[in-house]
Amino acid sequence: MKLALLSDIHANLQAFDACLADARARGATQFAFLGDLVGYGADPAPVVDRVMAMAAAGAWVLKGNHDALACHPPAVASDALGEMTASWTHAQLSEAQRRFLDELPLLHRDGSTLLVHASVDSPERWHYVHDGRGAGESLTAATEIAADIRHVFGGHVHRQMLYYQGQGRGLLEFAPTPGAAIPVPAHRRWVATIGSVGQPRDGRQEAMYALFDRDAAKLTFARVAYDHAAAAAAIRAAGLPEFFAERLSRGQ
Amino acid sequence: MKLLEPGETLDGFEVKANLHSGGMAHIYQVQYANGAPDPGFRMAMKVPRMATGDGAENIVGFEVEAQILQALSGPHVPRFVAAGDLTRVPYLVMEYIEGKPLQHWLDEARESRVRPSPETIARLGEAVASAVHSLHRQNVVHQDLKPANVMIRPGKDGIGGGVLLDFGLSYHGHYPDLLAEELRKAIGSPVWMAPEQVVGVRGDPRSDIFAVGVMLYELATGELPFGEPQTAGGLRQRMWMQPKPPRAWRSDIPPWLQEIILRCLEPEAAKRYPSAAHLALDLADPSLVKISDRAHEMQGASLGTHIKRWFKAAGMEYKPSPLPMEQIDQVPIVMVALPYKDVTDATLYSLRVAVNRALGSRPGARLACVTVISPSETSSTDAERSEGRVHSHHLERQKQWVRGVDLDGRQVSHHVLEAGDVAGAIIEYARGNHVTVIVMGAATHGLKLQAFKPTIPIKVAMEAPCTVILVKQELPFAQLSEVEA
Repeated sequence: MKLALLSDIHANLQAFDACLADARARGATQFAFLGDLVGYGADPAPVVDRVMAMAAAGAWVLKGNHDALACHPPAVASDALGEMTASWTHAQLSEAQRRFLDELPLLHRDGSTLLVHASVDSPERWHYVHDGRGAGESLTAATEIAADIRHVFGGHVHRQMLYYQGQGRGLLEFAPTPGAAIPVPAHRRWVATIGSVGQPRDGRQEAMYALFDRDAAKLTFARVAYDHAAAAAAIRAAGLPEFFAERLSRGQ
Repeated sequence: MKLLEPGETLDGFEVKANLHSGGMAHIYQVQYANGAPDPGFRMAMKVPRMATGDGAENIVGFEVEAQILQALSGPHVPRFVAAGDLTRVPYLVMEYIEGKPLQHWLDEARESRVRPSPETIARLGEAVASAVHSLHRQNVVHQDLKPANVMIRPGKDGIGGGVLLDFGLSYHGHYPDLLAEELRKAIGSPVWMAPEQVVGVRGDPRSDIFAVGVMLYELATGELPFGEPQTAGGLRQRMWMQPKPPRAWRSDIPPWLQEIILRCLEPEAAKRYPSAAHLALDLADPSLVKISDRAHEMQGASLGTHIKRWFKAAGMEYKPSPLPMEQIDQVPIVMVALPYKDVTDATLYSLRVAVNRALGSRPGARLACVTVISPSETSSTDAERSEGRVHSHHLERQKQWVRGVDLDGRQVSHHVLEAGDVAGAIIEYARGNHVTVIVMGAATHGLKLQAFKPTIPIKVAMEAPCTVILVKQELPFAQLSEVEA
């Protein structure tokens, strides 16, 4: 099985389509969407439509904090970036789309692979996994669910990172080179944050996703160029804050 | 795992003979059990002594080697054939390398009480350095080079290409380092380990250059530069201590060899050869070696120097290494092909501008000037056109040309090659000397035939193993000559 892992699409249709095409070209046989389908971007309805169609065809879909927020936007939006677009997104989505998002699960397990939006440690609290310690907490919670979990994949932090057991006790952090197939054999345990499709924040414009070849036990972090100018134009045309448009070209 | 007997099979491989039983693994010669022919070379199987059940940590080195060997290619590593499932039957099948380990030359010298000649040491060293560079270009640092892990294939006078073995402690820049831990510790073999390895730095290609230096030192002197340290304190000595100069052991060691060896053994990585390609270049032609004071030293550094270095070493900290390939890209070997006919001043000027640009501001860059002349240029009967005269004429032209290059202390070498096939000679030189970038004129080397057949620059651009910069002559010169006319 070649599992394409896409997270934090954030209603960026251009980036989403580019990643889907890239994953298909690389022979992906199963798709998983690790949450935050919406929020920030201009095309929540088309993105959710595509995901719903793929879910009907067998793709796995998880709920992210922005999906939850779009279903139940705060009555009075705070200054928090995420909440600024929640009401707008809510209005864009149909009743059926909102119900789809609202009913998404927080975890998905397939054999020794466990998928989550943020951390397996209290997934509903959306803990950030941005160091070995956070990854370790997620992994510990995963092994409490099932002792034979080997690969934990999540999004939420918008960066691509692999955490693994070295010779010490805690998990070590490894910054992957995009495109390199990394051996992740199943006799070890791994935690990966696979990056964001729709809103890269590491100073590069290219969309991020990952491809897990489970039979070969190899994980490839991918970067895909997409029409970020069109995505930014759509955000401006929708009347959303300029900041969300402008940051796409900077990858920030 | 217990020793396998000849005739026994493991996962489709039949054991023919036990080649070696080491502390960590057994090595067997194997063939396919179903009678299928070998894949074009003989095969060796490595089976760890430890089974997985004995404790996973013992087998990590084996796991690292299996991963890295599968990712490597080229003539300087054994070709990978198969790997067993680590949790079931751990083994590794690879190309059996014909040849002798570097240890052979050390043993032979000890028994015969005759040290290998400086020329032999240089040839062995060049074979090893070229192999090491090939590894670094694939983003791998060996981290455990020693005479038992370096094979020399058969070749002229018994010395062919180098092949590196045993990647159990190696580092791959694209893979998570399974040997790392939060509290960095020394990983390697104490005799050959670089100072930065002592404090847990992994992934610096210059650590391998240090290990090559230790091997060259032993070949030349029969002694180990830092002995065989048994304690952590003994191991740390090399972080500040300069070894006894090779010529203090044997005064017949030439200064150039001492210069090379001591440069490899500098405690600070930045003072060593910046890449194994630079080291190979010096070993290939000792006349290129830039002799410094250290070539003539007959005793070690003073106590004061050692104390200063000790304080510096005490502050040495762990810094993560960039990818090995990125590191060696910073120290390019720039080759300029200087034509000797059909060339205008404007082209020579433009070549100089392009070379200055290619050298950039990189202090570790190095320049090789090459002129390929036709064999018909020289004559064995006409004294005016004797090989020596013609060559020195072209070398002199190169030296004049290079005066306009902003070298800023960087090393430059001059070469005149005779060949009928100019493009072939340029490509061969670039390949043999690990050249990073070739600079040549776009319209030189056969200008008149340009329109009719693929010209030399095109052939070079198509077949060169590296980047090629084709230089066009700068416009103002052309206009200037028109005005004069």
